[in-house]
Amino acid sequence: MLSYIKRKLSESDSGNSSSNSNPTPAAELVRKTSQMSLDNGAIVYGEDALLHELGYRSATDLQETIYDLLRTIRDPEKPCTLEDLNVIYEDGIFVMQPTRSNVSVVRIEFNPTVPHCSLATLIGLCIRVKVERGLPHNIKLDIYIKKGAHQTEEEINKQINDKERIAAAMENPNLRELVENCIKDEE
Amino acid sequence: MGRLILEHTLQGHKGRIWGVAWHPKGNSFASCGEDKAIRIWSLSGNTWTTKTILSDGHKRTIREVRWSPCGEYLASASFDATTAIWSKHECTATLEGHENEVKSVSWSRSGGLLATCSRDKSVWIWEVAGDDEFECAAVLNAHSQDVKRVVWHPTKEILASASYDNTIKMYAESALDSDWDCTATLSSHTSTVWSIDFDADGERLVSCSDDATLKIWRAYHPGNEAGIATPDKTTVWKCVCTLSGLHTRAIYDVSWCKLTGLIASACGDDAIRIFKESSDSKRDAPSFELLTSEESAHEQDVNAVEWNPVNVGQLISCSDDGTIKIWKLQE
Repeated sequence: MLSYIKRKLSESDSGNSSSNSNPTPAAELVRKTSQMSLDNGAIVYGEDALLHELGYRSATDLQETIYDLLRTIRDPEKPCTLEDLNVIYEDGIFVMQPTRSNVSVVRIEFNPTVPHCSLATLIGLCIRVKVERGLPHNIKLDIYIKKGAHQTEEEINKQINDKERIAAAMENPNLRELVENCIKDEE
Repeated sequence: MGRLILEHTLQGHKGRIWGVAWHPKGNSFASCGEDKAIRIWSLSGNTWTTKTILSDGHKRTIREVRWSPCGEYLASASFDATTAIWSKHECTATLEGHENEVKSVSWSRSGGLLATCSRDKSVWIWEVAGDDEFECAAVLNAHSQDVKRVVWHPTKEILASASYDNTIKMYAESALDSDWDCTATLSSHTSTVWSIDFDADGERLVSCSDDATLKIWRAYHPGNEAGIATPDKTTVWKCVCTLSGLHTRAIYDVSWCKLTGLIASACGDDAIRIFKESSDSKRDAPSFELLTSEESAHEQDVNAVEWNPVNVGQLISCSDDGTIKIWKLQE
């Protein structure tokens, strides 16, 4: 809860001066690329224009919106949220350069509690479903385990980014129920 | 430079559309997706309309549909672990055997063989034994992971499969014992191979991958002029060209036009791209150039793309955005 309040405070701080205070890697990337597009003398086409069109003030705003969706996901085993367990953290959400078709690309990194966590795949699935359902616009999501945080990191990364496997998993009634339970909003 | 002209945008399916397939005559096509239905479309006047909806054949997503070469039968592969055969709008056979999701289905050139593949890592070859009769001729366990796509050679009884294990494999029936064997493994992609397609004479194959590249492979037969070694007198497939840096996300499908030699790709960055072989392309080191890139072909991932087998330059695509689009290439 404390981190949530902190975040709200920093949000109001940076409301006017966008990326000046404490630039995250994502904000830095946005700054660089928007500079690039200015250097080319082109029309402002890219991150900022796209984010404004979608109703975000900045990349940080999109990052925070996604974080808000993710923080309440419940751990499949423990009576805690992914935020409580530090599986999900705001710095793990990166707003990347949009596609040439002008769709936002976001990379989400998460940190399983133990390096042999058998539920990492399920958590990856919950993250994807929650964000895709929660945002009112299209987005390209890449979901990864924090580097070095899991024994079978590469295997899991491949699985949780394979859209065909995700689609099939969500048609499996048992798996679907597990996901729905983890991502449903508290009353 | 060429340009893709959008001719029609078709809606009808609910949700993600996974597959589209032209009828061999090129005047109708079938589509399938997460709504568990198959739609058959044809042109009436100037508009494409759904002529038939085939439902209640599958309990889960239908991943792919394919017409038999004679155009009489349609096969559908589903996440419900079955493959259904349809004739005159009726489901006439259901092929069971795979342990879980069937990802792809393909008819051989003669129509006498059918291949299917699944997340259970196996490729099955079925013999068409008579009207509505299918007998399993082989279960091939060459891949170490999920098999994403099966495609028959355009003239010979050679099967190719693409997998989550990053490889492509070729199979042929052994002349000695009439067993089906894996005859070649094509390794070069660094992630899942989503789709493959042969060129018109089947001497080359194009593959597309999660690694965001397209690769062109050439067959080198025993005694080939290039002097490529062919151990055990078996045809060797070599990667002779890699197209990288153009696609920005996973490439889900690729179609090699049998009429024009053009290659179309369907990408997770919402684009459809068309490639043409360069005029100075070399046999053993071919080069391809990007003819056109339709960056916002769809609003979401493009899942499948296929050239019309009869109508030159006509292309069909489908997407997660729930639409089917028909394009015409203007060169």
